[in-house]
Amino acid sequence: MGFDTAYEAISEESDSGHRWAFGTGFTDPLAGVDTSVPAGVDGLDLAAYCLMLGDDGLIMSHRLQQWLARAPELEEETALANIALDLLGQARLLLTRAGTADGSHRTEDDYAFGRTDREFRNVRIAEVADTDFAGLVARLLVFSTWRLALLVRLRGSADPVLAAVAAQGVKEIAYHRDYAAQWVIRLGDGTDYSRQRMEAGLAAVAPLVAELFAQSAVEERLAGVAVNPVELRAEFDAVLAQVLAEAGLAWPDVAGLAGVSGLSGRDGVHTEAMGYLLAEMQSVARALPGATW
Amino acid sequence: MLTLADLGILRDVAVTGTRVVVSLTPTYSGCPAMAEIRAEVASRLGAAGFAEVEVRTVLSPPWTSDFISPEGRRKLAETGIAPPRSRPKPTGGPVPLTLFARGPRVDCPVCGSADTERTAAFSGTACKDLYRCRACAEPFEHVKEV
Repeated sequence: MGFDTAYEAISEESDSGHRWAFGTGFTDPLAGVDTSVPAGVDGLDLAAYCLMLGDDGLIMSHRLQQWLARAPELEEETALANIALDLLGQARLLLTRAGTADGSHRTEDDYAFGRTDREFRNVRIAEVADTDFAGLVARLLVFSTWRLALLVRLRGSADPVLAAVAAQGVKEIAYHRDYAAQWVIRLGDGTDYSRQRMEAGLAAVAPLVAELFAQSAVEERLAGVAVNPVELRAEFDAVLAQVLAEAGLAWPDVAGLAGVSGLSGRDGVHTEAMGYLLAEMQSVARALPGATW
Repeated sequence: MLTLADLGILRDVAVTGTRVVVSLTPTYSGCPAMAEIRAEVASRLGAAGFAEVEVRTVLSPPWTSDFISPEGRRKLAETGIAPPRSRPKPTGGPVPLTLFARGPRVDCPVCGSADTERTAAFSGTACKDLYRCRACAEPFEHVKEV
């Protein structure tokens, strides 16, 4: 049955109680998907791995959402909103997968809004605040290049749910990477001033790169299910070299950002920015637990 | 009317007596219309007399724009949205980088002119980008090839 206007559609009387609108409760993104844990796979490790990749998406998405109403042009704002939406969608699937893998049946909301900073497992590059648009596209290029290389390999995971989420995500992240690469080239190969800003953006993100290629104990135990991030480095370096050559930029020679006693994002040890980010992201859920509207 | 089947997101419908199981595939991971579509399908089938309605998500194989039927493409164009072209065949190995994208050549869904240009890589929804026609000056959306 068609409607002449969107208003007519949403105001239609419904007896089923299924009427849905934004903010009135999302449905399980894995409804009807077989979420049994494959034989021989440790459910707790699988859940921990899903949180790593899900938190990367969720926290990066939140940082991108903070650009809304601040982007330099409407087209870029639309782009950043769409990229944030793709990452949020991937995060929803991954966090929901975590709650089915560990048997806790925690929901995506439980994970997103009920954990403290030490319980988040995202890499630190996802959480840092952007000082300007050049800094954002530098961070987005690095993040997307790394995540794309990861998801391409994750399509062969022994966990069919992870493999399916990855297969869908590859197409999305490839588009994000192209967007970021094209802006790095425009700014790097633009005016002297735009190049300086782009160089500063790369210098700000460079210390956060080494962490992306360190294998955690969980990833090591999940051979066949998880991707070993060490194996992503060569592809990452080749893509970055291609973009930087086109942009006339050099990769900055800066030291990596140290962890705390060797611990970093994957261990739940974050930068100072993370607490502020969560304070904002979780404020409504913490003030009004379980609220719907 | 453009249907779920036209868009290729309807994967299967299985009817057993008064029970029906509908399988749907999201276009993009974060498509915000999925919850609305699921609720609408359940509500319509309930109203049509099915005592038990189940709506399942199917993630694999992932949706691609090639799933949109010829009928779906015609209806998209009728509503002013340029339908996707055939998706380039995925190659093995690393995903190639596109550094200077102008977007595919797309005919204007309003006047049919081939003299169009892409104005933005993203648009109002994740599945579309934005073009304009140099001949009739209309801006229009195009469903991306993914």
